[in-house]
Amino acid sequence: MLKSTLMKAVATTALCFSTWASAQAVDLQFYFPVAVGGKAADTIQELTSEYAAAHPDVNIDAVYTGSYQDTVAKVITASRGGNPPQLSVILSTDTFTLIDEDLVVPFDDYLTSEEDKKWLDGFYPAFMENSQTGGKTYGIPFQRSTPVMYWNKEAFKEAGLDPEVAPQTWDEMVEFGKKLTKKDDSGNVTQWGVRIPSSGFPYWLFQGLAIENGAILANSDGNKTNFDDPKVVEALEFMVDLSTKYEVMAPGIIEWGSTPKAFFERESAIVWTSTGNLTNMRDNAPFDFGVAMFPEKIQRGAPTGGGNFYLLKGASEEQTQAAVEFVKWITAPQQSMKWTKATGYVAPRPETWETAEMKEYAAGFPQVLVARDQLEFAKAELSTYQNQRVTSLLNDALAAAITGKSDAATALEKAQADADAILSEYR
Amino acid sequence: MMRRMALKREWIHGWLLLLPAMVFLFAFTHIPAITTFINSFYSTPRGKRAAKFIGTANYERMFDDPVFWQVLWNNIWFAVGTIPLSIGLAIVMALWVNEKMIGRSFLRMAFFTPTVLPLIAVANIWMFFYTPGFGLFDQLRSGLFGLPSTNYLGSPDTALNAIIVVTVWKEAGFFMIFYLAALQAMPVSLKEAAQIEGANRWTIFWRITFPMLMPTTLFVTVNAVINSFRLVDHIFILTDGGPDNASALLLFYIYETAFRFWETGYGATLTVALLALLSLLAIGQFFFFDKKVHYK
Amino acid sequence: MNRPAFSVDRLLNTSAAWLLALLWFLPLCYAVWTAFHPAAFEAHFVLTAPLTLENFEEAWAAAPFARYFFNTFLLVTLILICQFVLCTLAAYAFVRFDFPGRTILFTLVLLQLLVMPDILMVENYKTMRLLDLVDTIPAIALPYIASGFGIFLLRQTFMTIPKELDEAARIEGASFMGVLSKVYIPLAKPTYLAYGLVSVSHHWNNFLWPLIVTNSEDTRPVTVGLSIFSAIDSGVEWSVINAATLMTSGPLLIGFLLFQRQFVQSFMRAGIK
Repeated sequence: MLKSTLMKAVATTALCFSTWASAQAVDLQFYFPVAVGGKAADTIQELTSEYAAAHPDVNIDAVYTGSYQDTVAKVITASRGGNPPQLSVILSTDTFTLIDEDLVVPFDDYLTSEEDKKWLDGFYPAFMENSQTGGKTYGIPFQRSTPVMYWNKEAFKEAGLDPEVAPQTWDEMVEFGKKLTKKDDSGNVTQWGVRIPSSGFPYWLFQGLAIENGAILANSDGNKTNFDDPKVVEALEFMVDLSTKYEVMAPGIIEWGSTPKAFFERESAIVWTSTGNLTNMRDNAPFDFGVAMFPEKIQRGAPTGGGNFYLLKGASEEQTQAAVEFVKWITAPQQSMKWTKATGYVAPRPETWETAEMKEYAAGFPQVLVARDQLEFAKAELSTYQNQRVTSLLNDALAAAITGKSDAATALEKAQADADAILSEYR
Repeated sequence: MMRRMALKREWIHGWLLLLPAMVFLFAFTHIPAITTFINSFYSTPRGKRAAKFIGTANYERMFDDPVFWQVLWNNIWFAVGTIPLSIGLAIVMALWVNEKMIGRSFLRMAFFTPTVLPLIAVANIWMFFYTPGFGLFDQLRSGLFGLPSTNYLGSPDTALNAIIVVTVWKEAGFFMIFYLAALQAMPVSLKEAAQIEGANRWTIFWRITFPMLMPTTLFVTVNAVINSFRLVDHIFILTDGGPDNASALLLFYIYETAFRFWETGYGATLTVALLALLSLLAIGQFFFFDKKVHYK
Repeated sequence: MNRPAFSVDRLLNTSAAWLLALLWFLPLCYAVWTAFHPAAFEAHFVLTAPLTLENFEEAWAAAPFARYFFNTFLLVTLILICQFVLCTLAAYAFVRFDFPGRTILFTLVLLQLLVMPDILMVENYKTMRLLDLVDTIPAIALPYIASGFGIFLLRQTFMTIPKELDEAARIEGASFMGVLSKVYIPLAKPTYLAYGLVSVSHHWNNFLWPLIVTNSEDTRPVTVGLSIFSAIDSGVEWSVINAATLMTSGPLLIGFLLFQRQFVQSFMRAGIK
């Protein structure tokens, strides 16, 4: 206790000095996670130093804080300890958690001019769904993505399919899948048609199926889920049927982490996974591959994913203002382009894609456009209050159905009842 | 008078010597255990809402929580699966390595390597072994026997057993070292006398070697019990507790509740349950220890 | 051994031992295979696969493993030194001094044999926050430095030391601390070595508590660094991860190879049997 008092005294003194020392310059601390390989962390450091060089009135300190999980944990603990950063990139699905913990301030108070409002409208609406609630904007999209479908053109050719055409509908996916599923003489499968990974966070890819079937998993206030919606049940039944009825997908839980390898090893001819894998696929696939949007049932659809910028409470007016300026700068075309090229994340503003340089890049590597084009059909990633817990209820239900422990309807009803019990206090 | 002074001084010396260790024991074991117990009666503080006393609500929730019962049973099965198997293998390994066998130092090293490799790192390797289709075990199965592929980690019937195998692999070699030391300290004369009397290896082991290894077994058992409630590292990589909590253990569930769901109140309640379970085991073991090893 | 040089029994035993050893060795073999071959051969075990050191370069460039390694080294050393000091003093107190509360205090020590700090992570985390130690190496170490196991083990050893030695040293005028350092500690050397091995291998491998309490490169030990490194969204890259594993576990592996005989002998003499 004595020690913490002492620490506080020291901290206060230090704070006085630093405030005095930087009367002219604003200090900004900014946490960022990295969830994909490649040069993501380096690129952020590069961009921030570029910003600092151009703006001598701002001292910006970008701190790499590990995974998304680590970053939100660090933000929560730093805030509780009274030492939060002013700005952080956090999962877009953590919005309600951050509001619930009373840690964030909306951007709206700092975006008052007409020009600012126009800027805000310049993001893809699909990305803004996870960033706004109750009429306020809490997050600005930054490292965002959607999952896509990769297909092995060689395998398509061998199966007598047109290697340039991906399945467009669920039915086609099943039909193609049957042709692509190969068995050896003893009847063991050597190549599966389709692979939709279901380990760890199965809800994400499953959400693609649910949206395609016309379902929305949670409302935009984050306090009501629709897990037992018949359309959701149907989507889950379809996912289970892929293994049990149509026998085009491996049974049981399918590992997310080994999915690219399974694709390279020709274990599966069509795989669903993040656009974040695009660079890995391009560098390591031993065959020609294609990238396509998810197939449709009654409509096209995919969830969005990834992280937003958030403004954290506890910063001075000046600091928050400076943070907003920085966010505007880093999401502008020139910077956004650099970021997209280095990581594979989808540039969140259409104007970035309109620049000549970006067009040239896309012409040389047209697969990058698929995720962007899919945004038109994308919906918010599942996000509610007490998000991790509610999501894990759905994950458990999906796992129960996929492993045959329970039928889809029963599992989802149970998940819905449990989610209702948690979320009722937020209505 | 002098005698009493000397006594007093001895008291003070004793206490002073003990003080540093006790400060840390209390700070990081005993006091946290007590505060955990207290916190288990409070709700989780969130944002502006402070923690409030909610009586036994957390406990009621725990008793109604099917996931809690599942991870509890998982953990018991995990303990039953890992403790005897790793100890049994450790004894066999130690007996082998203690003999003049071809390549003895290679054997010893091979058995011991898992101890040196962090579980979190080798979990990735085991994930490859278990991967359906192109994973090592499946390649062997289909290459040698033409068997279909199996999804060890992705089906609820095998996921926990797959985790147990990795744990036994990790632990047996470590325990072997203790047994090896015990075997080497054992007088050869006893064994030779028995051999002369015509006893076979089996009888020698059960009549002479095994009883003499008893103290080691007790020591190793304590360690194995602790580890069966502590070793959850590989779960993070291999299954993340899935499918549908089929491979989640108590400590993993506590971590999930407290540091993923941010429900510290309920996390405290689960911790109390684990503490109660361990205390029961501790009482049982002290009783056992008391009989076999005198620490008076 | 006065058995015949060849017997079926012996052959069976030897082959079983080798089979098990190979099985036990398999993960390390796989790590070596993938680390020295291009990623395309992660699942193809052909002898003609080209050798490469690229995975090591890539791993080295992708994460500050030298820093992680240094952190782990610092952590393990810090814990070991503190454990030796605290446990020695406590064990000495229990063996050599008679004071009120001895039995109760010893029971409290024994309690920690089973209630290890990992279980109390939530409360210990709060304590660290209170002390403003979150994300420091001492925060990883502190909960472990007073070890019930260590105290128990050293007490057992100290008790086997004959009283006469202790008394002789005191007659020669040694203070009670002098007796500890001249008589007890030297005679307990094997126990220190044995306990040291247990402690080092435990904390070298420890993951959960460091994961919780660290969040920057400057404090993360190897285990947490490896987990972050391998838990990226874009899929597991075995060759690079295994190269990283070998880089970071190599020193301990070689250390054991060099000293294994001494370890076993010290265990034997430590009376852990």
